Amino acid sequence: MEAYLDNSATTRIDESVLTLMERVYREDFGNPSSRHKKGLDAERYIKAAKEQIAATLKCKPEEVFFTSGGTESNNTALIGTALANKRSGMHIITTAYEHASVYQPLFFLEELGFRVTYLVPGADGRISVDTLREALCKDTILVSIMAVNNEVGAVQDITALGTAVKEYNPAILFHVDAIQAYGKYRIYPKRQNIDLLSASAHKFHGPKGCGFLYIRERTKIKPLLYGGGQQKGMRSGTENVPGIAGCGLAAELACSKIEKLQEQLYDLKEYFAKGLQTLENVTIHLVDEEKGGSVSDAERSERLRRTAPHIMSVGFAGVRSEVLLHALEEKGIYVSSGSACSSNHPAVSGTLKAICVADDLLDTTVRFSFCKDTTRDELDYTLAVLKELLPQLRRFRRK
Amino acid sequence: MYQAFLVKYGEIGLKGNNRHIFENALKNRVAEKLGSLGNYTVTREQGRIFVECPDGYDYEDTVEALGCVFGVSGYCPVKVVETTEWETVKQAVGDFVEEMYPQKKFSFKVAAKRADKHYPITSPEICAKIGEALLERFPGLSVDVHAPQEVITVEIRNRAYIYSKVLAGPGGMPVGTAGKAMLLLSGGIDSPVAGYMISKRGVVLEATYFHAPPYTSERAKEKVVDLAGIISRYTGPIRLNVVNFTDIQLAIYEKCPHEELTIIMRRYMMRIAEYFAKKSDCLGLITGESIGQVASQTMQSLLTTNAVCELPVFRPLIGFDKVEIVDIAQKIGTFETSILPYEDCCTIFVAKHPVTKPILPAIEKSEELLSDVIEELMKQAIETTEVIEVRA
Repeated sequence: MEAYLDNSATTRIDESVLTLMERVYREDFGNPSSRHKKGLDAERYIKAAKEQIAATLKCKPEEVFFTSGGTESNNTALIGTALANKRSGMHIITTAYEHASVYQPLFFLEELGFRVTYLVPGADGRISVDTLREALCKDTILVSIMAVNNEVGAVQDITALGTAVKEYNPAILFHVDAIQAYGKYRIYPKRQNIDLLSASAHKFHGPKGCGFLYIRERTKIKPLLYGGGQQKGMRSGTENVPGIAGCGLAAELACSKIEKLQEQLYDLKEYFAKGLQTLENVTIHLVDEEKGGSVSDAERSERLRRTAPHIMSVGFAGVRSEVLLHALEEKGIYVSSGSACSSNHPAVSGTLKAICVADDLLDTTVRFSFCKDTTRDELDYTLAVLKELLPQLRRFRRK
Repeated sequence: MYQAFLVKYGEIGLKGNNRHIFENALKNRVAEKLGSLGNYTVTREQGRIFVECPDGYDYEDTVEALGCVFGVSGYCPVKVVETTEWETVKQAVGDFVEEMYPQKKFSFKVAAKRADKHYPITSPEICAKIGEALLERFPGLSVDVHAPQEVITVEIRNRAYIYSKVLAGPGGMPVGTAGKAMLLLSGGIDSPVAGYMISKRGVVLEATYFHAPPYTSERAKEKVVDLAGIISRYTGPIRLNVVNFTDIQLAIYEKCPHEELTIIMRRYMMRIAEYFAKKSDCLGLITGESIGQVASQTMQSLLTTNAVCELPVFRPLIGFDKVEIVDIAQKIGTFETSILPYEDCCTIFVAKHPVTKPILPAIEKSEELLSDVIEELMKQAIETTEVIEVRA
């Protein structure tokens, strides 16, 4: 049996998306910038995709820009706005557990002289509005916060944080890395005071190599890439038409049944959590008490539902995550090892440290991530394998 | 501009009556190496190998390929003139200088060889007349017969050959002239270099890698296959035995003193490698050990691991510093792959303070603790070994 439980790394492409893309590759392969009919046919796919995505965000199609994926979206949002707004100030706020595609461009901006504040989340994985308020200052030009953390599935109250930013100063831009959140939550930038929002198609059953960046109209931003002036000069380069078409359709499909999907995933998550509870020395981060101590079933369920529906970060005391990962792989179960303590920037402590995971558990954490196709059978199989593997692996640890 | 290569060999020339064996081997290795690039003609002639390139051949690829053949001490790109008619040859040498030397300002001498002794002009005459012609055509040139910057050689055979540049080859002996040996290949920096060095003496390589899933990953194994691929550019195809070592390692971990884990582990690796070595008629084992580099490579540790082998163990890096090994690794192209960060099975369970001066009888006694299981585990490890044929 095979159980692919690494859907936060990437998802399998949807069949209908693949069919659409194949048609674009084979038949409507024109360059959207060409003046002839083939070019126009290709351009229509881009228009359609913008409309599909705009509908999911309740924004204007002109506010959607296609990129090569999440990394480019985040880089453009951060570097593009920082450079365009540096006369208003040189201060940027983010959190201590962003994805590398956020903190690396920020390190680059630090080299250019920008000052970056890294907010530390509480033990529940959340950034409190007060912490954010304290960090805002008159030099602040940009706040960037990820909606759903990719490693532990912590969810931020984006609405409250966005409101706090705009209350302090409406000119401060608010960027949301929604790469893990898009398609799992309803996100409406206008209502939530979001100026920029990043997403990546392959996280929601779309193709790799394509993503988008929502940029609220009249936002001051510079492009990263210069050239033929495609996408209103914001992103030069011949558009990846098949990818864009696939991204649009995948977005529409993903957002058409968010509530149902959430229910289905939380159901799986609770089921898996119950199963894990029967194994010894297992800690579900953000759900179980990190320092031991029990949690009532009601509280557990409540906490589970406060984290992202598709991500579960689990510590297996006494087992190195890398080894467990490969042991599971031998049984056809695919997961991620979830430790980010590798970050070498003093201000960024890594997700697990940020949520106060005990030091001896840092290296033992595995991430399971689900999708619409995940079944209880797969989870049963995984639990059975874990039950068999854990005692074996615990017998052999580095002395 | 060049139509052929002259391949020179060093040490082979010193051989006695069996010299032709080495020469033929070199000719065959050169032909094999170039075979994948196109239809080259490789012939053996007095004291050297001559390579004629097909039309439209790629110069850089050819130079790189010849630079990988052990036994080649140097090689010269050659301009071939189809006729030996004197005026044409003289003109061609001038054209050669015109093409090859953008800065026509250097000292030179002309060297001439005549295979055809009926040729109307003698060698000293050839040198003098061509030198004269060159001086006339290129006023920036000067003759220096004692320490010239460039030696321009003209050979008169059935055709005329002109060459001046000598590219350095790797030296050594052609692979296949010295038997076969088993390399213990890990993912580190040292063992690929050790394999390269022994193979350079004409030895065919076979290799054994120990992996320990789930403690080492598929990527770690992939890396070792890649390393074998890189050295096979020089050594020719390598048969790689991938031994699953996990159960043996865990048994040692459970039953033996922890600080002796690595040394005992290495003894079993040597035993298994030797088993495969004997099976495929290898005449020795090769390791990348160097005295004192790590705990398992002290003199005492080497003695202890050596004790399990009947075949000689070749350790070409034994007196090398790490920086010297790194230099060679960079030169032969294995370094970048070697430093990819995947855990190998020597490091997973390593003790904080491993023994550095193991005593053979004590280690042997510790191994007795494994006596009830080890035979079966060795048998399993050998039976489940995966064989991968690696070629560049």
